[in-house]
Amino acid sequence: MALPSYAGPLETTWYYAFRLICACIFIFLITPILVIIPLSFNVEPYFTFTQGMLTFDADAYSLRWYEDFLSNTQWTHSVKNSFIIAIASTILATILGTLAALGLSNSNMPYRSLAMGLLISPMIVPLIISAAGMYFFYSNIGLDQTFLGIILAHTTLGTPFVVITVTATLVGFDHSLTRASANLGANPTTTFFKVIMPLILPGVISGALFAFITSFDEVVVVLFLAGFDQRTIPRQMWSGIREQISPTILAVATILVMISIALLATLELLRRRSERMRGMSPG
Amino acid sequence: MNKLLKNSALTVAALAIAGMTTAPQAGELNVVSWGGAYTTSQIKAYHEPYTKMTGTKINSIDYSGGLAEMRAQTESGNVTWDVVDVVIADAIVGCDEGMFRPINVDMELAKAPDGTAASKDFLDGTLKSECFVPLIIYSTVFAYRDDAWGGKKPTSIRDVFDTKNFPGKRTLQKSPVNNLEWALLADGVPLAKIYDVLDTDEGKDRAFAKLATIKKDVIWWTVGAVPPQLLADGEAVFGTGYNGRWFSAIAEEKQPFAMLWDGQVLDIDGYVVSAKSKKLDEAMKYLKFSTDTQRLADQAKYISYGPARKSSGPMVSKHAVLGIDMGPHMPTKYADQGFLTNFKWWADNSDEMKERFAAWLLQ
Amino acid sequence: MGMAADTADNGVVLAADGRPLKDSLNRALRKNRMRAVMLVAPLLLFVLFSFLIPIFNMTLRSVDNWHVGTLMPATTAALATWDGKDIPEESVFAALVVDLQAGAKSRQIGKVGTRLNYEKSGMRSMITSSARKSKKLTSGPYKAKVLKMHKKWKDLETWTVIKRNTAPYTVGYYLNALDMKYDKTGEIVMQPENRRIYGKLFWRTFAISLAITMICVVLAYPISFLLATLPLRYSNLLMIFVLLPFWTSLLVRTTAWIAMLQSQGVLNDLFVFFGFVDDQNRLQLIHNLTGTIIAMTHILLPFMVLPLYSVMKTIPPTYMRAALSLGANPFVAFVRVYMPQTLSGIGAGSVLVFILSIGYYITPALVGGTDGTLISNQIAYHMQSSLNWGLAGALGALLLASVLALYFLYNKIVGIDNMKLG
Repeated sequence: MALPSYAGPLETTWYYAFRLICACIFIFLITPILVIIPLSFNVEPYFTFTQGMLTFDADAYSLRWYEDFLSNTQWTHSVKNSFIIAIASTILATILGTLAALGLSNSNMPYRSLAMGLLISPMIVPLIISAAGMYFFYSNIGLDQTFLGIILAHTTLGTPFVVITVTATLVGFDHSLTRASANLGANPTTTFFKVIMPLILPGVISGALFAFITSFDEVVVVLFLAGFDQRTIPRQMWSGIREQISPTILAVATILVMISIALLATLELLRRRSERMRGMSPG
Repeated sequence: MNKLLKNSALTVAALAIAGMTTAPQAGELNVVSWGGAYTTSQIKAYHEPYTKMTGTKINSIDYSGGLAEMRAQTESGNVTWDVVDVVIADAIVGCDEGMFRPINVDMELAKAPDGTAASKDFLDGTLKSECFVPLIIYSTVFAYRDDAWGGKKPTSIRDVFDTKNFPGKRTLQKSPVNNLEWALLADGVPLAKIYDVLDTDEGKDRAFAKLATIKKDVIWWTVGAVPPQLLADGEAVFGTGYNGRWFSAIAEEKQPFAMLWDGQVLDIDGYVVSAKSKKLDEAMKYLKFSTDTQRLADQAKYISYGPARKSSGPMVSKHAVLGIDMGPHMPTKYADQGFLTNFKWWADNSDEMKERFAAWLLQ
Repeated sequence: MGMAADTADNGVVLAADGRPLKDSLNRALRKNRMRAVMLVAPLLLFVLFSFLIPIFNMTLRSVDNWHVGTLMPATTAALATWDGKDIPEESVFAALVVDLQAGAKSRQIGKVGTRLNYEKSGMRSMITSSARKSKKLTSGPYKAKVLKMHKKWKDLETWTVIKRNTAPYTVGYYLNALDMKYDKTGEIVMQPENRRIYGKLFWRTFAISLAITMICVVLAYPISFLLATLPLRYSNLLMIFVLLPFWTSLLVRTTAWIAMLQSQGVLNDLFVFFGFVDDQNRLQLIHNLTGTIIAMTHILLPFMVLPLYSVMKTIPPTYMRAALSLGANPFVAFVRVYMPQTLSGIGAGSVLVFILSIGYYITPALVGGTDGTLISNQIAYHMQSSLNWGLAGALGALLLASVLALYFLYNKIVGIDNMKLG
């Protein structure tokens, strides 16, 4: 996309105009996320930049909203709940999803596309409908307001991602490797852990990450199913936004942005590793 | 890897079991209320002394009204809310549907200090449902930003509907309740005639038409903590809200707001006990304690809602922290400027009015 | 075949263990298939239990009508032979009193009242107050006494409504969800103009989703093109601008837009600072349609960029160069040669964004105000506030049907297996 040397004035103008348009769109994408970071250090309880902040007066910044976050038991409780629910549902979703993906990638699997459709349906159905269905059904069987109910619900929402990412890594999978392993006398379990697992591991981990973030970020199902004891971070943010917008929410938001940056970096590393392992050029 | 899988399976099993057994511990009670300054006043006046007396821990849970959670819990049989603070209209519906436990007021609640039976001690007309124990009289009332129009101050509900002389956003509750009454009041209907007019088709049309004149200037709220917030942020100049919340904003947070008592709508709020509560005995014990004369009077030290017992009235004194006299902040003092909501009319008509209101909002 | 040892006398090919090779292969195939099924089965069962049954249960709830039949069994039986022409006779009233008394005692009668009130306003108070008064009735004839308890018992319509709802299933919720109702005589008619909500809301949801989808295409196209054509070391860096929002919590981004858009927020402050608007007339950018569209576009844009980018990445730049060197005007070359090759990406991204936005709930609820709310907000409202779960189920089923139709389309265009993530 470099500007060729023979470009005329019109093309030059268009070239720079195009880049300007792209820059604006990138700014639109990133600004809201970056804006909240300095605002979360605001000493005033406002959502806007004060005079002091703009002149980089040290007194205009403070950690008070972070202290507020850490000292408020409702928030710390929600952090604990979020991790319990997200970790449990990630483990469940990863195990179930990986097994299913192994089955689905087998060309002998009957009704393959139907099964695939059913398994990824939780991703396609709008969340509000899934949440409504689960709310009615889980209430009937006494699973509402329990950790178990929310973990099951989040596992359901997370499995399609594991199925998809693991299936994707299995597309390039050389099935003669498992046959070779069997010929060499390995039983299926050994074959799985020694041959298949290392190859699909990047897919499993990125699927697990998707499942984790799905649960960690999920609020609609939690809104319906969670009782007071199961409130998660997004649920706490939801009531915070609806009731009293204090900059504490911005402090939480900033922490969450940091977590997503970490997740993003992990995924990128995994992608590179996966491509190296499959003999493709990094990039 | 094998080991990792085994370990994680164990973890899942452990968590699953933990999840199934997280019912509240014995010696705890879940009490549900509206949050914010109101819940704080209940914590100070009811929960803390009760815990001190009995050792029972009170978990204070916030909700935003309505019966949805209660109904879901009753359906699933997994009732975790023991005592709930509701408006009288919800108490009537929930009582009819068997969600709440009927209460024998004289047998199960405390007498007044002078020995008057509880049923005689609660203010007349407040014991309207057999499941409901009244706690407070509150009002939904307008407040405004004192600095919004220079020296000009609104004096009546008509000014709320006068966007020419009093420009700026108004924040109203996203519900037909109260708003229709105010629209008629601003349209010239006398206080005593409001529900008669509202009962006719022309009256309903008239109320919606009047409300439509300010529709584009309205920010609708659904949670009681929002209107003071919107006024404080300068997002709105007029707001309807619960008088206790306005009191907190004005007296405790020193916000530049003023009350417009004209047209205030009085309503009754109180406790109900879940019929299927797993700790019925404890809940009833708490109910008896928290609704006695002293507790209701104590609550008025923290928030400007009128206690529902006659015997508590004379005991209302000064604000616990600010030391100001609470009398002038009680909605009951301005009762003649407003009216008591007709919950019977609303019980009959609220579904229809809410549907019409929702359609009207979309137009 | 050459090897004699592998061929039996009758010419059947044998495997190493002496069985016919065909059987052996079939057996292996069956075993293989069994293994695949066993691997998929746990998740399939899990999804069935935790997801498909609940969804089915929800649609069931949208037609379920157990209240009257179960809680008023005597009245239901007595009304079975009622001709519907006039107020029923004494026998029906006697049955009604039995049911009301039993219902008052079991404290279940309120459920009937609530159910009937969905059909006709005012039925709840009629039922519950009559149930309360019925406790005092000890002997018949009941007709005159019941008619005195509440004036609505004299309405023929009251009885039509009750009779209609003695059936165990109803289409009433779907009628309501489609802005229709039964009139006094039991005919299905449209609601009066000022009561029609859901048709408008469905239409608005579709219109807003379409608008957001189109804005996303317009915004995603140039940056995807840039990302696909820049050298990798630059595009990987710029990709962060797309992926970071993608991975950031939905609530964080919604919060961020509240901070940006509210009238004392960042954008309005900037406008005032640069003198675009004066301090008294700050723009209302939130709690309305504008807020919903801005925030949702931001949230959904990555879902458009990613498929578009992955399609553009596969288009060899040589095509464009060929067209240019053959003397085509760059603009014409772009429209005629490049764009047609990106259509599959546009299609995939559009359906994805569209499906996601018609089911959106959180963002419209927080920044939408009244004219920025969507059908999902109404579903949540009926689940949590009005408690009309049957109507919530009906609205949900209608929304689900439209999403499945769209998804079918998506599958036709891109295929279910080509779903790309991150």
